[in-house]
Amino acid sequence: MSLSEWGNSSKTTSADNTRAEVFSSLSVKEMEAIAKRLRRHIITMTGKAGSGHPGGSLSAVEIVTALYFMVLRHKPSDPQWADRDRFILSKGHAAPLLYATLAECGYFPVDELATLRQLDSRLQGHTDRVVTPGVEMSAGALGQGLSFAIGVALAGRLNSQNYRVYVLLGDGECDEGQIWEAAMAAAHFKLDNLVAIVDNNGQQIDGWNRDVMSLDPFSDKWQAFGWHVIEVNGHELTRLIEAFDQAKLVKGKPTVIIAHTIKGKGVSFMENNPDFHGKVPNAEEVEIALKELE
Amino acid sequence: MPQEVSLREAYGKTLVELGKANPDIVVLDADLSRSTMTRFFAREFPNRFFDCGIAEQNMVVIAAGLAASGKIPFASTFAVFVPGRCFDQIRMSIAYSQLNVKLVTTHGGISVGEDGASHHSVEDLSLIGSLPGFTVIVPADAIETAQAVKVVAATNGPFYIRLCRPKLPLVYNEDYRFNLGKAVTMRQGMDATVIAIGIMVSAALEAADNLRRHGIDCRVLNMPTLKPIDEAAIIKAASETGAIVTAEDHLEHGGLGSIIAQVVARHHPVPMEFVAIKDTYAKSGKATELLQKYGLTAKDIEQAVHRVIKKK
Ligand SMILES: Cc1ncc(C[n+]2csc(CCOP(=O)(O)OP(=O)(O)O)c2C)c(N)n1
Repeated sequence: MSLSEWGNSSKTTSADNTRAEVFSSLSVKEMEAIAKRLRRHIITMTGKAGSGHPGGSLSAVEIVTALYFMVLRHKPSDPQWADRDRFILSKGHAAPLLYATLAECGYFPVDELATLRQLDSRLQGHTDRVVTPGVEMSAGALGQGLSFAIGVALAGRLNSQNYRVYVLLGDGECDEGQIWEAAMAAAHFKLDNLVAIVDNNGQQIDGWNRDVMSLDPFSDKWQAFGWHVIEVNGHELTRLIEAFDQAKLVKGKPTVIIAHTIKGKGVSFMENNPDFHGKVPNAEEVEIALKELE
Repeated sequence: MPQEVSLREAYGKTLVELGKANPDIVVLDADLSRSTMTRFFAREFPNRFFDCGIAEQNMVVIAAGLAASGKIPFASTFAVFVPGRCFDQIRMSIAYSQLNVKLVTTHGGISVGEDGASHHSVEDLSLIGSLPGFTVIVPADAIETAQAVKVVAATNGPFYIRLCRPKLPLVYNEDYRFNLGKAVTMRQGMDATVIAIGIMVSAALEAADNLRRHGIDCRVLNMPTLKPIDEAAIIKAASETGAIVTAEDHLEHGGLGSIIAQVVARHHPVPMEFVAIKDTYAKSGKATELLQKYGLTAKDIEQAVHRVIKKK
């Protein structure tokens, strides 16, 4: 099945139109421009740092763009705002994407992106909640984010706060048993304020998921664990936003959005190329990539 | 004989007290709430109690998420499963994340008894003590347990409290106040110092009484806070008594003895002896039988004191 065939599995109804305070008025065209900027940042900053994870950052660009520039209620000027919607990056190696997004939102200066992975930078190789404004969770060891998100969602419910919790997982990350412990628990606790998004780019480090460790039938697994499942083309902003809207209507259970994506998306020689999981483009490749992303 | 009281029960009851005073206290367990006694809290505050099932890795990271959202989570199970089974989770999501999570485990050490080595937590202090930012506490009786749990609830940061399965004789009376990070002098003495934790504190007191009959004047320190350790009390003991014996229900490697030896070596080298489990796993048996077989009795402490004094 080609990517474009992945539509939403049901119609969108917009129940709650509260959008990101600052960005809610953006058009899809403007968001697409932002997505392109994020890709350029990812290439530039990992190229400059000389290490990092461009592939799994590029695949989730639209997911994170839709969230930060449309879906999330957040205040870049007040990262600790108690009622903010939470975005938790479980696949912490996609830190360059999160940093670029936070910078574009205004959490810290865009110039700071150039310090990625340098000594004394606030932008650690993997996310660090203690030092970086806007980062909710320290990550890097895979498999923990969904559990963390459950804790955040339970706290919101206990406090009668209506913030929503979004957590981004890798598909390879779903090899971890803890993901399924958490999947069981989120359904058991009936956390309808929790949405997991799987960046389903089909790859992990040693190759394709299906060769390393089969996940199929992936969507059935989530369903069997008690989740509402939505499958979507993870590079189409409109479809993603519809999916997030649909998730708001689901009551009594958590929702997972399986976002079909392409690892390395947007740069021809990086797309579906496992080499660029943890390898960065050299100077020449940076130039070619930036040209492609003009 | 002083009265024997359950540390676990003291923990459970203190949680209820804390829960009444502070709505932000939440409690998690991993299908052992009958044993850890978090069940008391569960009965009183069902909405603030989360049984995570037999999934310890998930539990400790849920606790981290709760802490990141302003709650004060206490997560409990057996000491052999937390930290052992979820070390990486504790490391990244609690220690490195600097989150206000309280891990309170029960069934520490070989005093668990009949369940055998799979249930004897003899490495937990070494594991958890290795994590930057963690405070590690091992109470010596039920009174100290209740006190410590209250202090921990009121102090920000990651904490580990290790309790044991058996009831222990009270070594304190009700007006004892737990002082975080401070050793407690249980007996004065100038010939040698025994520094003990948990179940070994009452054994150390018994040993000191017996030694006195042999004309040996032994200082006894309870060291309820293992980390950060009370360096001043150790240096004082080393310089005033010239010999130190440590006593713990834990492997010799990485526990109380190791931590104190480092302080002694750095600041005031004196002869030391270590009453602890020697690089092995124990077997099934009654707690008292195991403590005897693996060298964790008052008698073993006495012999260690005789040895260490000879080396002075
Ligand atoms: C617990 C753990 N084991 C191994 C790794 C090393 N590692 C980093 S990324 C990765 C592959 C992740 O694959 P996936 O979740 O699909 O991420 P994506 O392909 O989207 O980048 C691995 C194995 C890790 N970070 N954490």
